[in-house]
Amino acid sequence: MTIKIAVIQFPGSNCDLDAIHVLNNVMKITAELIWHNNFKESNFDGCVVPGGFSFGDYLRAGIIAAHSPAIDEARVMLKDGRPVIGICNGFQILTEAQFLPGALLRNDSLKFICKWVNIKVENNKTAFTNKMDLDSVLNIPIAHAEGRYFSDNIKELEDNNQIVFRYTNESGEITEEDNPNGSLESIAGVCNLERNCIGLMPHPERASEAILSPTGTTHGKLFFESMLEFIKNGGF
Amino acid sequence: MSGGDNWIVEIVLENKPAARDPVGTVIQKDLLAKKGYEMVSNVRSGQYLRIYLHAGDEGDARAIVDKMCNDLRIFNPVTQNLTILNVSKK
Repeated sequence: MTIKIAVIQFPGSNCDLDAIHVLNNVMKITAELIWHNNFKESNFDGCVVPGGFSFGDYLRAGIIAAHSPAIDEARVMLKDGRPVIGICNGFQILTEAQFLPGALLRNDSLKFICKWVNIKVENNKTAFTNKMDLDSVLNIPIAHAEGRYFSDNIKELEDNNQIVFRYTNESGEITEEDNPNGSLESIAGVCNLERNCIGLMPHPERASEAILSPTGTTHGKLFFESMLEFIKNGGF
Repeated sequence: MSGGDNWIVEIVLENKPAARDPVGTVIQKDLLAKKGYEMVSNVRSGQYLRIYLHAGDEGDARAIVDKMCNDLRIFNPVTQNLTILNVSKK
């Protein structure tokens, strides 16, 4: 079977081509860049909602894209159990579309933060983390102004094991200074109850080639390897 | 559209008290307090929208805006509160 992944492009997306590059040239799988009005879920095995500033972040980051026909199509994929990942602005879109719980607020510092951080794997039983070791620490970059995770029901997230990543130091310890944006409980990424959809502020597509990493790591590839494994196995 | 009037509904979206508002905090702590306005204890920032619409009466105008904001998540109920500040005839 030929696996086909869609990368949805909105006006203002700017990490779409990076995702396409990694999927096509690093992972060697077929990925297509699809303009948001043209996305048809039935043609694909999974989809990436990439980072950027969809619709200029007008009203609120992700809200306009969340109402787009592409997200209606992605909702069908989601319900069908196919993998859907939202990266950065994609995460904001998927929370606004209510695929994922919580919301992303303006960074505490009010600054756009662009740097490499460490995140710890808190759930390795999702469509995008099954190739990762539990509690392992990934080196990965962030680049956002509105990444402060907020939820009004953190206990439910914990009880349902929906917290997938937390910001930590290199040793996997959660500290205030390693929380770059003021996220509640240092949360960097979450999943839906069915675990076929995740969203995170860090950028796996920018961390999939050693040449791009200050430490020579390729931890971002693990996300896409996990996705392939999930698709090949037809689920969990 | 026959009947009814043109209305202006003004709304403000702001973070819930439990969600920190760093914009408001900076205005209060790093500007007002430093420039002699110590009597200001708190500032909360928000987003203001002025919505022009046609509706039968003031109640209808208010109801349409309220429904629209809830249905389309003009405000994010996880983090924000919505307040209708004012409804006036255009």
